[in-house]
Amino acid sequence: MKDTFEEENPRKRWMGLLAKAPAGRVSALLDACIARPSFEWLRAPEIGSTMVQARAGGTGAPFNLGEMSVTRCALTLESGEVGHAYIQGRRKADAEAAALVDALMQTDAAEQVRTAILEPLAAEAAARRAARSSKAAATKVDFFTLVRGED
Amino acid sequence: MYVAVKGGERAIENAHAWLAEERRGDTKVAELTIEQIREQLSLSVHRVMAEGSLYDPDLAALAIKQSRGDLIEAIFLIRAYRTTLPRFGSSKPIDTGVMDCDRRISATFKDLPGGQILGPTFDYTHRLLDFKLAADGEVAEAPSRDVEPADVPHVTEFLNQEGLIEEAPHDDTMPPDLTREPLEMPADRALRLQALTRSDEGFTLGMAYSTQRGYGRNHAFVGELRIGSVPVEMEILELGFSIEIGEITLTECETVNQFTGSKTEPPQFTRGYGLVFGQTERKAISMALVDRALRWEELGEDSAGAPAQDAEFVLYHADNIQATGFLEHIKLPHYVDFQSELELVRKLRREAGAHQVQEAAE
Repeated sequence: MKDTFEEENPRKRWMGLLAKAPAGRVSALLDACIARPSFEWLRAPEIGSTMVQARAGGTGAPFNLGEMSVTRCALTLESGEVGHAYIQGRRKADAEAAALVDALMQTDAAEQVRTAILEPLAAEAAARRAARSSKAAATKVDFFTLVRGED
Repeated sequence: MYVAVKGGERAIENAHAWLAEERRGDTKVAELTIEQIREQLSLSVHRVMAEGSLYDPDLAALAIKQSRGDLIEAIFLIRAYRTTLPRFGSSKPIDTGVMDCDRRISATFKDLPGGQILGPTFDYTHRLLDFKLAADGEVAEAPSRDVEPADVPHVTEFLNQEGLIEEAPHDDTMPPDLTREPLEMPADRALRLQALTRSDEGFTLGMAYSTQRGYGRNHAFVGELRIGSVPVEMEILELGFSIEIGEITLTECETVNQFTGSKTEPPQFTRGYGLVFGQTERKAISMALVDRALRWEELGEDSAGAPAQDAEFVLYHADNIQATGFLEHIKLPHYVDFQSELELVRKLRREAGAHQVQEAAE
């Protein structure tokens, strides 16, 4: 259900990918891919917080769990496209790179950016996740029953 | 009358300079980096994030370094920093059902879908000091195993299917926020859970333990304990849709509690809930037990008058920053207060003395 919704909105998907990338990674991929276009700030990078909500019992009424640090910014390219970023942590340079990628994905450079930045980010995230799950899987208990000689 | 006394500036400056030197310790020993603290003292970092109520591992590591490892002092630093941040908004309620689990165990069902995953646990270690860690040691990579992708459903869902456990029906009420409005009684469950998730681990553990020893006993089983990461999604007004803004590690504990029924509810299992930032297992289990104890009224139970059932007692004493602030202020100068006490005692003694002299004369 979630995946189909994300396919309907590719921008939602790539912004999430950019938000969760490790520190410095988006900048490095961006600079390897393309010369940074000039832009103007609509909102210069700003550090703040988001209150994370959870649900009682996992599914019940919401409650406030605590805050997380977030950096956001918005910029506009000379050609007019607007890029936004909301990323975890206090990372102004990473927010700038993420907003640039978001804006570039709306230009003719989209395919190049997708291949050189978004696809590697997605592959790296999947590899990190797989490495962790396979370590978790190695700690899964395989119960076996001892045969009791009572007959 | 309040009398300002000056003259401590030099002493205070010098005390802080010495503090900085003592914090650094022997300069022949390499200085700790923030990255070392974040990576190698990660459970301290998690506790500081949970009780500081701000998820940011680098900041928590910095606070631990600055506080010389005094975690309550570090939590204080994080709480103070937190108040300087503008709040961009609230996330959508996270879905722990889609957690990428590092650990997931149940004490109630052996063969549950998704399996018992031990994860990086201290359980089953022998609790013997490992002197190999005192020497430089290479760590072998942990074994891995091919993963069959499988859903990891919440354990309570199985009991729900039989109607044997109370449900936690979906609801979208905007929860109260004790960082914006002072905590007041009566506190509903949403407010209690917010207070408990940031409460002092030691206090919460003690309260939970008291219920196990019989003060408001509620017969808890750990239905499920899971640790792992979940995405955080927030509605972005300027975009008109929500995006994932990050990923956080959480510990979730659901207890299944015996319940013989009440005037309003049939006999069934009831639930306690614990959810805490980071890998914070002891705290999450404690929170679930205390949450359940505090629910006596809404479940129509009789109160045993136990401390853990008293919301006012628990919630007003669970915050280690409030407690520390009030406790430690008594070490600061109270010269004038004390001067008046001294005068009073001298006066009472003089009067008592005069009285005795008078009695002796009679």
